Amino acid sequence: MPDVLDRTVGPFALAPTTVPDERAARRTLLDQVARLESELSQLFCSTWPRTHMPRPQVAGRGGGPRLLSLEELEELRDELAGRVADARRALSDRTWVEEQNRRLIEEMLLEPERHKWVRVSHEDIGEPGCKHWHVRPRWSFIGMLMGWWRVVISSGCPLAT
Amino acid sequence: MSELDLVDGWVEPELAEEFPQLSLVHARVEVHPGPSPREVKQRLRMLADRYTGGKVVHMRQDPVPWAYRVFSRQVGIDPDTDRTPVEGVALRRLKHGGLRSENVVDDALTIAIAETGVPLIALDAECVDGDLGLRLARSGETLGDARPLSARQLVIADGQRPVAVVLGEVGEDAGVTPTTERMILCALGVKGVPRISLEEALWCAAETLYT
Repeated sequence: MPDVLDRTVGPFALAPTTVPDERAARRTLLDQVARLESELSQLFCSTWPRTHMPRPQVAGRGGGPRLLSLEELEELRDELAGRVADARRALSDRTWVEEQNRRLIEEMLLEPERHKWVRVSHEDIGEPGCKHWHVRPRWSFIGMLMGWWRVVISSGCPLAT
Repeated sequence: MSELDLVDGWVEPELAEEFPQLSLVHARVEVHPGPSPREVKQRLRMLADRYTGGKVVHMRQDPVPWAYRVFSRQVGIDPDTDRTPVEGVALRRLKHGGLRSENVVDDALTIAIAETGVPLIALDAECVDGDLGLRLARSGETLGDARPLSARQLVIADGQRPVAVVLGEVGEDAGVTPTTERMILCALGVKGVPRISLEEALWCAAETLYT
């Protein structure tokens, strides 16, 4: 037994003599890339019309359109998966903040005196447009002194100049 | 307009194995390059009016543009940097506030791409030698005289040389010029794009050329 364990073999004695077929692996990787690209597109569309969201970009491999090697396909798949996860996390964080802002608007409308000068815009709740809710005193200083607060809703975007 | 004679281009086996539904459909058409007639300019204007920011953003989820985005990604291109042709048209529309008329050939391609989402190119039929098809670039090959191609780059080629890069530029020695009389319209098909879309794109471009 020790003879067998100790037997030395040449460096290439155990190397396979056939080249492994990459086809199945390549097909799987291409399918995964397609699915991840689809998810990335969906996430990108979900972020619209929000601005200031990180753009999940995956750089090209360089060299124009070409048949990528197995390693490059794996790298591409991993990078896409990373970007999809990042984008999903960023969107989730953002929608959580927007939900809090929606709740804040409801609280402002119910009890304006407890949210003096608070202002929430459409952008803060992930909607397009320039509308905003602003807690302001009724009749300026008199309202401030008397505690008469109300929510003023803007009428929209200013006209383009 | 007479019937278009649609021809299926050949696809190199290695490429066909990697992308089983990759195809190239082409058709020869007579052409008189020059400024676009009023009807074509009018059609470009109407087409431009159909674009909105929201539509452009959501375009990437439509089946045909999405299929080309996926193919771009699979061949190592970032479709957010090197736009697919249909997204390129949409972006041009947003940047310039309209689709500017260039000449009847380019306008016909723009209209067909925008209407169908299928990338099209036009080649001078006199400069194409043999059947057209898709293959991988060979070591040391160039597009035209000067543009070097990287090894295993996807190209549209005739029997002799590459004439265009897939989803990219056309070689300067194969493109349409003001003296061209016959040209070849080529439509690239990828997985997820039905053949009828390719045919529709070719018909749309040919119809515009004969307006």
